[in-house]
Amino acid sequence: MYRYDEFDHDFVQARVAEFSDQVKRRLAGEISEDQFRPLRLMNGVYLQLHAYMLRIAVPYGTLNSGQLRMLGHIARKYDKGYGHFTTRQNLQFHWPALADVPAILADLASVEMHCIQTSGNCIRNVTADHFAGAAADEVADPRPYAEILRQWSSVHPEFSFLPRKFKIAVTGAERDRAAIQAHDIGLHLKKNAAGELGFAVYVGGGLGRTPMVAKKIRDFLPEAELLSYCTAILRVYNLYGRRDNKYKARIKILVHETGVEEIVRQIEAEWQELKDTELKLPEADIAAINAYFAPPALSARPEGDALVKQARLDSKSFSEWLDQNVVTHRHPDYAAVTISLKGIGEVPGDVTDSQMEAVADIAEKYAFDELRVSHEQNLILPHVARADLKAVYDALVEIGLSTANSNLISDIISCPGLDYCALATARSIPVAQEISRRFASLERQREIGELKLKISGCINACGHHHVGHIGILGVEKKGSELYQVTLGGSADENTSVGEIIGRGFSSEEITDAIEQIVDTYLGLRLNPDERFIDAYRRVGPAPFKEALYAGETKAA
Amino acid sequence: MKVLTANRLSDGIAVWYADGGWAEMVGHADIAHDKAAEDRLEAIGAAAAANNEVLDVNVIDVTVVDGLVEPVRLREKIRAAGPTIHPDLGKQAERAA
Repeated sequence: MYRYDEFDHDFVQARVAEFSDQVKRRLAGEISEDQFRPLRLMNGVYLQLHAYMLRIAVPYGTLNSGQLRMLGHIARKYDKGYGHFTTRQNLQFHWPALADVPAILADLASVEMHCIQTSGNCIRNVTADHFAGAAADEVADPRPYAEILRQWSSVHPEFSFLPRKFKIAVTGAERDRAAIQAHDIGLHLKKNAAGELGFAVYVGGGLGRTPMVAKKIRDFLPEAELLSYCTAILRVYNLYGRRDNKYKARIKILVHETGVEEIVRQIEAEWQELKDTELKLPEADIAAINAYFAPPALSARPEGDALVKQARLDSKSFSEWLDQNVVTHRHPDYAAVTISLKGIGEVPGDVTDSQMEAVADIAEKYAFDELRVSHEQNLILPHVARADLKAVYDALVEIGLSTANSNLISDIISCPGLDYCALATARSIPVAQEISRRFASLERQREIGELKLKISGCINACGHHHVGHIGILGVEKKGSELYQVTLGGSADENTSVGEIIGRGFSSEEITDAIEQIVDTYLGLRLNPDERFIDAYRRVGPAPFKEALYAGETKAA
Repeated sequence: MKVLTANRLSDGIAVWYADGGWAEMVGHADIAHDKAAEDRLEAIGAAAAANNEVLDVNVIDVTVVDGLVEPVRLREKIRAAGPTIHPDLGKQAERAA
């Protein structure tokens, strides 16, 4: 993975020193909250309902064991013993004292981490496929390009005061696991007929109160033009993006209001000025960054097949976990493992200090010291020898992280919601917990098959509800929580925005409603291979509306 | 009925104005029963924010149950108690202890 050079170290240390001084002056009453607020946000410090919140950047979701161990240490020493992984592959602490933030930042800097650009109207943490570098279907590792984008966008003087925040995601496979079409810029790393690397470029996707699927504006951008082209996009957005209305300030609105053809014309015109400048990436620079992401030396471990086969016979639970949470690696003797942070009835994305330390130990011992955070709020061990899978599983059982539910209905994305968040209008975690408990039976979950359920506690859609096969949005209505259900969303290479199915449900009704939707699907699917999303696309909302609301219509 | 609430500058912990200072529990917060009292609370809040004691100052609706102040809105109930998913954390845990 990427290691800081001298410049990176100095830059992060300087920022720690600068912000520590700002915190000191704030605590001494020398600067007001109005003055301090933009400074703290630039350093990932929010104010929530109960306390401050600190959001730590995990660039493209890649962590090493030492970093995860440090996060565990911070959770224990400065917070309340746990952290929360987010849909931007970041980690949030929900209880830090402002007075402790300088010490936390110093601890983070010691393991090459920081909180820069985790808030504010700038280019946020660039996200990537969580199986990057391991996936069997990958053309190339997208992370070197995410790292190039990170370096380019960090305190970029031209793009530090954008009309609104800006999110970029990169994937290196046809199968999109990074939800790139739900981002301001989505990049799909691919090869052209000549075998050269480049990107399909998508612009103007986003969720929030006006969900939009990104438009593909270029089928193949040569890799050397990554920064020149992104600069052209950002420059057009920075010039013409609306600054008069916060809710219309994202690039998706600009693309929508300007029209794709015209916005492409503007971007291309800007790009003509930029493409043969210093923004063109020299081959040597790309190679130098790529070298940081060289895969670990994966020695042959052919004994894995026999060991896995035997372990399957010995343990049904191991076998189930293998089927659900382990995916094919590009090396036949290895696998990528999803560590579910969605135990039945648990808080999605939460992990305790001791679990962080134990997972770090597992990664160190069995996974070449590498970890990933997925935007679906799970952890990934990208390179595990199949021969070691049983040992990894046993270690995960010991710390309560062996739930075999990846991609199943209880693998729920949920924002923190009104239990923590100052913007939330309803709670989302308790809804996730109740649904998870209702569908606790693994047998039942596996019968239902792949089902992406996503919950947000307000219209800002941090829980990605618009792109859930089943989406739940919590709102406040007449002083109570009300949950709107959308169906048919997805966040893969066929991204779609879900449709609101009808009137919302109270917190007492919502789990029954979800169960009714699932039962309706089970009743109408053509066969067990027809996933929920495929069935919904085939039949549309009518059967689900009928199941949910028919009684009411008749009564009325 | 209204009370004055904010978050403490140093640690961000939710606090309520009570008895001339900032209390960590809502139960005995000073209640404004009329517009004039509400204005007084707002002035106290603005002064405390200007004096860098607290931030995010708000006057919120409350009721009184068994002699203790209770916020009306769910958001404020959760601020006053802690996350509903973690009865072991926040004010509710301190109260229980």
